[in-house]
Amino acid sequence: MATKKYPVVWLQGSGCTGCSVSVLNAVSPKIQNLLLDELVPGQQLNLIFHATIMAGQGEPVVEVLKDTEKNRKGGYILVVEGAVPTAENGIYGSIGEKDGRHLTIQQSVEDLGKNALLVIALGTCATFGGIPSARPNPTLCKGVKAIFNEKEIKTPVVNIPGCPVHPDWFVGTVSAVLFSGVDALELDDLARPKLFYGSLIHENCPRRADFDKGKFAEKLGDPGCLYKLGCKGHYTYADCPLRQWNNGLNWCVKAGSPCLGCVEPEFPDGTSPMYEKITFEELK
Amino acid sequence: MSTKIKIDPITRIEGHLAIEAVIDDGEVKEAKSAGTLFRGFEIILKGRDPRDANRITQRICGVCPTSHATASALCLDEAFGLTDKIPDNAKLIRSLILGANFLQSHILHFYHLAALDYVDAVGAVGELSPFIPRYEGDYRVSGQANAELVNHYIKALDIRRKCQEMLSIFGGKMPHNVGIVPGGVTEKPTEDKITNFLWRLNEIRDFVDNIYIPDIISVAKAYGDYFTIGKGCQRLVAYGGFDLPDGRLFKPGVISEKLELEQFAGENITEDVKHSWYADSTSGKNPAQGQTKPQPDKKQAYSFLKSPRYKGRVCELGPLARMVSNYVQGDVKVKELVDSVLTQFDAGADVLFSVLGRHAARALEAKFVADAMADWLQALKPQEPTIVESEISENVEGAGLTEAPRGSVGHWISTKDKKIDRYQVITPTAWNASPKDDKDQPGAIEQAIIGTKVRDKDNPFELVRIVRAFDPCLACSVHLLDAGENELGVFRVV
Repeated sequence: MATKKYPVVWLQGSGCTGCSVSVLNAVSPKIQNLLLDELVPGQQLNLIFHATIMAGQGEPVVEVLKDTEKNRKGGYILVVEGAVPTAENGIYGSIGEKDGRHLTIQQSVEDLGKNALLVIALGTCATFGGIPSARPNPTLCKGVKAIFNEKEIKTPVVNIPGCPVHPDWFVGTVSAVLFSGVDALELDDLARPKLFYGSLIHENCPRRADFDKGKFAEKLGDPGCLYKLGCKGHYTYADCPLRQWNNGLNWCVKAGSPCLGCVEPEFPDGTSPMYEKITFEELK
Repeated sequence: MSTKIKIDPITRIEGHLAIEAVIDDGEVKEAKSAGTLFRGFEIILKGRDPRDANRITQRICGVCPTSHATASALCLDEAFGLTDKIPDNAKLIRSLILGANFLQSHILHFYHLAALDYVDAVGAVGELSPFIPRYEGDYRVSGQANAELVNHYIKALDIRRKCQEMLSIFGGKMPHNVGIVPGGVTEKPTEDKITNFLWRLNEIRDFVDNIYIPDIISVAKAYGDYFTIGKGCQRLVAYGGFDLPDGRLFKPGVISEKLELEQFAGENITEDVKHSWYADSTSGKNPAQGQTKPQPDKKQAYSFLKSPRYKGRVCELGPLARMVSNYVQGDVKVKELVDSVLTQFDAGADVLFSVLGRHAARALEAKFVADAMADWLQALKPQEPTIVESEISENVEGAGLTEAPRGSVGHWISTKDKKIDRYQVITPTAWNASPKDDKDQPGAIEQAIIGTKVRDKDNPFELVRIVRAFDPCLACSVHLLDAGENELGVFRVV
């Protein structure tokens, strides 16, 4: 049977490319499997646009975007990495030139978003605005869902936040969609897959016993629960303590750093100062 | 006849950049380089807890966040009065974290960003995305040799991932490590971690020695003319970096085209904004007094990058600058590495100022850093401290100058009432991809493009090869303008 291929357009907005680099860190499947092989039996991704890795440049790759929008309506997946700068009609971020004019990130997200089968907002910038939208939000950055709500774009959006995103959260979400369809994906009230964002860091934290005993680190490098050093694990929904990062080698709290709450919509303003204790009530 | 060509976006680099140039009689007469994304980090940082700069500035770049973590930590160390108190373990671990990222970045740059300009991926795997569309006509390696290079592209995906895994042992996670903080690092160098790190490093060193460097040599043999293409401004700057218990691995310096050395001092850096979308009132300032006031409707401007200059002069930063700086300052290992390659090509040091010179310097630097990392691991002392306690001081200043994979990076802070009052960052790409300055001198990449002969306007390989050899850290576009009038036909690059 022929392989079903899903064209994927991956746009990079106001961001740092860190989510792309993180997805390159995928372990099983590896990035080469994601790019070249069937991800699940009979189905595979076909990455037709990604500015950091595709061979082409200039007008031919802008043509790929035009062609996708026009000729593949409802048949492609749009991945958005980075926030959408909206100040001054989006002039603070453009991804190429189309018809002799700057092709702004905002314009491309709207145009390609409208006709996509599914939009994946990847990373905290694309989901909630993230770092570039931090106070005073100089370029009026917004997440994809906020843009879609304003423009009444109805395409389903799955949010996969993280600064950066964990590669498993991306690969796992895409696999779930290919296996069972997007409707079967169980999302929380922030449109995040419960599969990965279903429990608090604090619930599964290896330093939880220290918290329960009231044994707190007073300064960085100390053993004990990092709550007094600004850990946001009591507030943050992600499976980092169980999954860990970089092939399961380490993660923030294990390395002696407080959780920054980077998957939550309040990151970074609501979760700052990052190294000061903030109670759950203050965060709300 | 003059032609205007636009390539927008330039892909396979990090971020968003645009370059504009003028072609006349097959030769580039004028070029413009333009950053097309503005996020306003310096504005966002104002009023925040100074320690948060260490986390937030990493988000400038997901490819080289550790360089910003390092620059920011050095900057805060100085502001908090900790510079002389950083434990040896912390210096070594910070350098191991930074070194691991140099390795992942250099390997990623050559194989996954630059190589597709030289290697015929379609010839090996067929017409598949993301290998099409692409430029056609100048792939000079074929058959088994080409297939091997494509295999190495795949193998390098594994190796660069392993560089990040190695980094996370002390950095917590990558991208955006959490281990480097003002005062030191949060992780302890236990014996099991040292050994774990060492054996990952061994595998990566094997790749650098036996695959990466030989691949650079074989590409250089097939594309020998690129030892003379993309000469550029021929003035190099390195701030120096990798702070170790006995000094810095890379030595600061300013080097002329005749390889004469001048002492480097940070106060000689200024940033012009005549051709940048920022208010003219902010031009010509040292970053310690720098301001960032965007003005996207400014008429003569064409970039969101400012134009950093050293004593008013255009300079190139990066592995080439660092390797040459150590070379002219008598570093025996660097001299051996560089001379061994020059001897193979029977060439003098002048060929270093070129597309291939930059690629070769980067590969040799990967070996130089990786070899040194093995020594740093041995120097760690498991029972000794990795951090000193830091206190936020009021109304202080600090500067953190270090090296990122693609060139020197600097952070400058001043605080007021224990909050950030001013934070300025100059990235290496701001130097290399800068627009013209207040004296209308073109930036380093612009100068490297000007004078280049373009054989095929439909497939201007020369231009993208020049741009990518600098490893720019923003997604960019290259515009080629018409030499004469404003009314010239725009030639779209395919």
